[in-house]
Amino acid sequence: MKEIVEVIAKALVQDPEQVVVKETESNNITVCELHVAPDDMGKVIGKQGRIAKALRTVVKAASTRENKKVIVEII
Amino acid sequence: MLTVVEKTGKSIEEALAAALTELNVNEDRVEYEVIDMPKKGFLGFIGNKPAKIKVSVKKVPQIDIAIKFLEDIFAAMKIVVAIETVKNVDDYVCDLHGEDLGILIGKHGQTLDALQYLTNLAANKDMSEAKIRITLDVENYRKRRQETLCRLANHLADKVKRFGDKIVLEPMNRHERKIIHTALQDDRRILTYSDGEEPYRKVVIALKR
Repeated sequence: MKEIVEVIAKALVQDPEQVVVKETESNNITVCELHVAPDDMGKVIGKQGRIAKALRTVVKAASTRENKKVIVEII
Repeated sequence: MLTVVEKTGKSIEEALAAALTELNVNEDRVEYEVIDMPKKGFLGFIGNKPAKIKVSVKKVPQIDIAIKFLEDIFAAMKIVVAIETVKNVDDYVCDLHGEDLGILIGKHGQTLDALQYLTNLAANKDMSEAKIRITLDVENYRKRRQETLCRLANHLADKVKRFGDKIVLEPMNRHERKIIHTALQDDRRILTYSDGEEPYRKVVIALKR
């Protein structure tokens, strides 16, 4: 799941090198923590979280295929 | 990101190599112009002149960025998808083909809309260029959905005419709402409007008074 979050985030931000995704798993729930440069926060969240929502929707679609539950957190 | 550098070197090749390292790209991504030709001086040291070149990174067409973005996502999802791109007057349509692509559509096309939104953002990241618009489709899903919505609209309009009560549809995004409005705009006895706040905005079909 990590790769998908990474691919999408890197395509949206101005500073792709600062995109870091950490993946932790507990009780069948995968948590992806997305870190970006402070100036790029808006680029991955969007107006009223529209971009974050789209990002989560796509990740969720990918995770259902692997029967996983994935939570994406933007930190 | 750096896009233009000037480099000097004993030869053009050497200057170019230095520029490629600094720009961190391959040679096929750049173009360069020679500012100074290298000159060998007298006895090899008096009047030596290094080569000087200006190297700039070629702009990648926006649609190529979009296609690369989609390919990367599909690779990360481990699904095999063929992307067929058609250029129209005011947008590009990328039709996705492959087996078992239902997951890319999602409930009422939610996933497809999300992916399309992200693709447009990725393609238009460089704000110095004119915006392009990309529509994603999976195996003609959008066309089929449009036909379904038109049928639904006409069917419900008949009901409204018969019973006189207005009908409120389920929440839809603006593209789908537009399909309903357009389908019924020529019906003289029917009035359509949208009600509620996003993302729960709904179309209402009512009798014209």
